[in-house]
Amino acid sequence: MATKSLKARHDELALNNKQLEILNGGPFKEGELPYFKDKLDEIGQFPLRPKKLEILQINVGYMCNQVCEHCHVDAGPDRKEIMTKETMKLCLEVIKNTGAHTLDLTGGAPEMNPNFRWFVEEASKAGIKDFIVRSNLTIIRANKKYYDLPEFFKKHKIHVISSMPHYTRGKTDKQRGDGVFDTSIRALQDLNAIGYGMPNSTLQLDLVYNPSGAFLPGDQGAMERDFKKALKDDFDIHFHQLFAITNLPIARFLDYLIASGNYEDYMYSLVEAYNPAAVKNVMCTNTISISWDGWLYDCDFNQMLGLKVNSSVKHIKDYNEDILNDRDIIVSQHCYGCTAGAGSSCQGNVI
Amino acid sequence: MADSYYDPADLRKFGKISEWSEELGTKFFDYYGKVFEEGALSAREKSLIALAVSHVVKCPYCIDSYTKDGLEKGITKEEMMEAVHVGAAIEGGATLVHGVQMMNKYNKLSM
Repeated sequence: MATKSLKARHDELALNNKQLEILNGGPFKEGELPYFKDKLDEIGQFPLRPKKLEILQINVGYMCNQVCEHCHVDAGPDRKEIMTKETMKLCLEVIKNTGAHTLDLTGGAPEMNPNFRWFVEEASKAGIKDFIVRSNLTIIRANKKYYDLPEFFKKHKIHVISSMPHYTRGKTDKQRGDGVFDTSIRALQDLNAIGYGMPNSTLQLDLVYNPSGAFLPGDQGAMERDFKKALKDDFDIHFHQLFAITNLPIARFLDYLIASGNYEDYMYSLVEAYNPAAVKNVMCTNTISISWDGWLYDCDFNQMLGLKVNSSVKHIKDYNEDILNDRDIIVSQHCYGCTAGAGSSCQGNVI
Repeated sequence: MADSYYDPADLRKFGKISEWSEELGTKFFDYYGKVFEEGALSAREKSLIALAVSHVVKCPYCIDSYTKDGLEKGITKEEMMEAVHVGAAIEGGATLVHGVQMMNKYNKLSM
C-alpha cells in the first residue's frame, strides 16, 4: 500500500509525458491494438465534438487524507495543490452565468480546501440544480473539525457521492488503506442518521464502486443490488444509487498495472470491451473540468494527463461557453476506459 | 511458437476458432453467450458454477477467465474458494463412489 503520492516519490509516472508515452506505446505502437481515435473514426465520431454543456466539474485541490492504490489524481496528504479563493471567485462568476445544471466538486478530498465551505455557500446561491460533492467518506470522521460536514451538506442540499470500493472490509482496505472500511461505514451511518440516502429522502447519497484490481466493473445494476443487500444486512446502511466506474490507466492505477504485470492485459480488456454505443454519451461531451489552478480540460482524466482543452479559451479567467463548446475533444488510449462495456463516467454507466 | 502447451495470451485468440469453421464457431459462441445470461440462475451464480467446473475440467484458460469474471461481479475470494471445494468434492466423490463397484466386484470374485 502506497503511503506517498507518485509526485512525492519523484516517480517518473508523475510526469504527464511519461504517462502519455506509455499509453501511446506498447501494443498500440506495434499495431496489435487500434488507437482510440481510429475506433472513433470507424463510426464517424472523430474528431469527437461536445454537446450542450451540462456539468461543470471543479477540482478544488489534490490534497487528500487517503492514498488510494488506484487514484488517477495521485492525490494524498503530501499534495499541496489547492484552489485559491481568487480562482474560486472566477469559478463563481462562471457558475452564475453558465447554462450547466450540475456543479460537481471533486479533489483530492474537496473538504480539505480551507475555503471549501465558503465556496459551497456562495455557489449554492447560484441556483444550480444538482450540486455534487465527491466525498471519500473518511474525511467526515478524520478530525472533529469535519464532524459537522453531514449537517453542512444537508443545509445546502448537497448531493453526496462517495467512494466505496466494496461491501467487504478486506477489499476496501486493500485499495484505500487500513481502517478505511470501518471509518466509511461510520460516516455512512452518520449521513443516514440525518436522512441522507434513506428511501424517499431527497438528500441524495450515491456510492461509487471502483474495481479493486486489474479488471473491469461488472453489471452496475447487479452490483447495486449486492451492495444494497450487504450494507443493509450487515450495517443497516441505505443509499440511493451505485455508480460503477472503470479504473483508467492513469497515475497510480497505471503504476499498479505496470508493477503487477497487468498493463498489457488490461489494455486488451479495455479494447475488447470497447462499445461504440457508449461513445455518444461519454462525459467529456457535456462536461468541462476545471483544475485547482483554473485551467480547463475536457474531463478529469485529461486534467491529470495535462491535456488542456483544444480551444482559444484555456483558462477560467477567459471563460466563454460558446467559444469553448466549439472545440475538438482531445482523446487518447485512456478513453477506452470510458467506452468499455456499458460505458463509464463520474455518474457510472452511460448506456 | 510457444514453448509450453498453455500460453495465457492464447486466451485472447479464443474467438478466432470461428475463422476455421464460421458456422460452428458462431453457433458455439451464441450458445455460450446465452448460457451465461441472467436466467433462473443469476449471472453471479453461473460464474461460480463455471469457476468450479473450470477446476474440475482443469482448464487454465477457464480458471483465469472465471476468476476475473468473479472479480468483475464482486465475488469474494472466500466464495470462489468454496466453489472450488464444491468442484473438488464432486470430483473426489465421483472417484470414491466407484469404490462401490470395486467392492461389488471384489465381493463377487471372493469366496
